[in-house]
Amino acid sequence: MSSVTFKQATRIFPGNKKPAVNSLDLHIEDGEFLVLVGPSGCGKSTSLRMLAGLEEVDHGQILIDGEDVTNVAPKDRDIAMVFQNYALYPHMSVAENMGFALKIAGVAKEEREARVLEAAKLLDLEELLDRKPKALSGGQRQRVAMGRAIVRSPKVFLMDEPLSNLDAKLRAQTRTQIAALQRRLGTTTVYVTHDQIEALTMGDRIAVLKEGILQQVGTPSELYETPQNIFVAGFIGSPAMNIFEVDAPKFGSQRIPLSASQKENLGKAKLVIGFRPEDVTLSESGEGEEIQIDYVEELGADAYIYASTVGDNPRELTIRVDGRKHPKAGDRVKASINLEHIHLFNAETEQRL
Amino acid sequence: MLGFKAKRAIFSMIAILVAAIWAFPVYWMINSSLLPNVKLESRIPTFWPDGGNLNNYQNVLQKGDFFQALGISAAVTLLAVAGCLIIAFMAALAISRFRFKGRTSFVLTVLIVQMLPAEGMFIAQSQMMSNLGLKNNILGLSLLYMAAVVPFTVWMLRGFVAGVPIELEEAAMVDGLSRAQAFFRITFPLLAPGLVASGVFAFLQCWNEFTVGLVMMTDNANHTLPLWLRAFVQSSATRAIDWGQVMAASTLVAIPVVIFFIIVQGRMTSGLVSGAVKG
Repeated sequence: MSSVTFKQATRIFPGNKKPAVNSLDLHIEDGEFLVLVGPSGCGKSTSLRMLAGLEEVDHGQILIDGEDVTNVAPKDRDIAMVFQNYALYPHMSVAENMGFALKIAGVAKEEREARVLEAAKLLDLEELLDRKPKALSGGQRQRVAMGRAIVRSPKVFLMDEPLSNLDAKLRAQTRTQIAALQRRLGTTTVYVTHDQIEALTMGDRIAVLKEGILQQVGTPSELYETPQNIFVAGFIGSPAMNIFEVDAPKFGSQRIPLSASQKENLGKAKLVIGFRPEDVTLSESGEGEEIQIDYVEELGADAYIYASTVGDNPRELTIRVDGRKHPKAGDRVKASINLEHIHLFNAETEQRL
Repeated sequence: MLGFKAKRAIFSMIAILVAAIWAFPVYWMINSSLLPNVKLESRIPTFWPDGGNLNNYQNVLQKGDFFQALGISAAVTLLAVAGCLIIAFMAALAISRFRFKGRTSFVLTVLIVQMLPAEGMFIAQSQMMSNLGLKNNILGLSLLYMAAVVPFTVWMLRGFVAGVPIELEEAAMVDGLSRAQAFFRITFPLLAPGLVASGVFAFLQCWNEFTVGLVMMTDNANHTLPLWLRAFVQSSATRAIDWGQVMAASTLVAIPVVIFFIIVQGRMTSGLVSGAVKG
């Protein structure tokens, strides 16, 4: 049992007025893989470092297993951390790196070696145990950093953008490996990334942060299907959601129906509509907004159409279409939104209706 | 246009020439120390110590006070270097790892104090050491040397500390060490090249220092090697200077430095930290 709870946790860096992390309330269940995601400077790394004990907590509390660790030193929290730049001890071999925490904890040499070997097998590092970090490739270093965390069987794994120094192919591969490994070990994990694809593919739940404030927590599909505000809507999903402010609930000739409660929530504010690139139907002539196709990006199975609306106030939008059959650049077509998947927001509060 | 190889050859020749010009005085010193005065004072220079011998060295060493001066120099230098490294290591850690009020001004002060001319402080230093009863005292001189080399060493070490990623200490703290333990078990071993490099520099400063030694060590029995060398030249003032012996004495003063350097140079290699971060 190792849950993690942030209770109104706040961090204000000296000399700053605005908190880097502002009253964060978050509960992470035992065994859960939680991803903290957000643009740079959103406070995700700071939150993780607060949990590690490397950053002070100015207000609020942090609990591990229901136990208040707010003022406990990092070494006494029973956590393991994987750093963005791996932070391997350069003067120690791979085996020494992985066994260092156990050595400090006073684990007997034989048991230590057995546990290091076990973790090394899991990560395919057996051949490399005697090497120094400088003799390893980037991907191998990353695995050693993972191994150093696994060996300890800690209460919580903390990972601070562990994949950002790998090349794209290796990153995609390692992403799956880490997620699978975590499911297998069942260790509660908090994972920080700025990459929303990593967040969607790896996390049981995702917490989106912006400017130190928690925007939304939910499963990947909850965040994708029902983003609670405009920021989350724009941040999650690639290519990003098309988001427009409109004067009336219409998209060209297509009417957008609002329920009574949605109307009430909107009040006198302007309406913002959002729709994902795949939720658009194109037709030669029909309902919807007329668009001019500027440019088509072919991706094989899919193609992305970058288009702009025709009219006084042209707006750019992205549409995902079948890669084999789609209109060409320069064409003018009608675009209508799949209303089942439309997202409506209040322009003033930026909240979902 | 010259080819790549021709260009390289020209640069190599220039490099050899510069090296030769730089090394010549050292060669001349050793060469002269092996030659008898008759040859040294001849109008035709002797470039090769053909038929030379070690008589000059024998004569210098027989006078006996060389070893006394060597002992004093070694004691003063080692005390100063050891003290300097301990103080500078801790100061460098503090200014590169901790955020505290006045950190920037402290760093600047360390730089600015080095701009004061040493001569301006002789009288004050002499007075202070007199009052403390540390004149003509090994400890007294090493304290002054330490004070002289600490600021520069702090600056030099600061760069080396900054070169050790702070994540290594953080990783060690997460792995179960306290902050102080992380410094000594992780950062300290990684600073070895930096400590050696700045130690060599401090060593040279102290070993070759003359003026402060002259002011502090008024008693002949407490002379350091540079002072001994000067006294050696002066002692022959009544007669013609025995250049052969002076050169032999100079060579003897330089030898310990060379030995020290040979011992530590293997550890001066940088790149100990490579592999710690990124890929």
